Amino acid sequence: MDTNLLGIIGGLSAIGGSVFLLLGSIGLIRMPDVYNRIQAGTKASTLGTILSLAGLIFIFPSWFGKFIVLILFVLITNPVSSHVLARAAHFIKVPLSSLTKLDKLNEYHETDAPTKAHLSENEINKEREE
Amino acid sequence: MVNLLLTIAGSITLLSIAISMVRFIKGPSSADRIIAFDVISVSSIALIAFIAVISERIIYLDVALVYGILGFLGVIVVARYLEKGL
Repeated sequence: MDTNLLGIIGGLSAIGGSVFLLLGSIGLIRMPDVYNRIQAGTKASTLGTILSLAGLIFIFPSWFGKFIVLILFVLITNPVSSHVLARAAHFIKVPLSSLTKLDKLNEYHETDAPTKAHLSENEINKEREE
Repeated sequence: MVNLLLTIAGSITLLSIAISMVRFIKGPSSADRIIAFDVISVSSIALIAFIAVISERIIYLDVALVYGILGFLGVIVVARYLEKGL
């Protein structure tokens, strides 16, 4: 590990990334609603981790491949998992906070046809015959 | 010098994990607890990467990748259970 300029840059950006993680977890406590908490937690933690990992590349340039794999993985999978969680939380009717003004996903749920994923094929055919 | 900076970064990340545990314990719905688990899992990826650079072993980065995969799969499986049942 070298103590010249590249090492100091890597260390400072690692500290910057961990400060983002700290701010994200403080937002996780203070937000009034589950949907706000999902936004604060996912956005801040994804950015903080990517910034820290990108800074660590400067310290050990020969470990470049593994850091890039980690960064791409976090960048692609974290937003997908938070989106799935937010849809599931809306589906089981977790209450919105009292400061909310508009809820567009409610209209989408009312006009959507009820899913038949829980029925087998025989029962769907019987329903069609009736 | 670089070791000192990385130790400071690691302790700030540890503090962020401890603060997220408050939401994990307190959260009134199950979605609160799952998002706290996701934030803890992504923070521990960064923490394991810091430990890997401090002790100069590249094998610890594979541990961080496994944490990433299992955290992602866990959140998706629990969200699907909440929506549709087993």
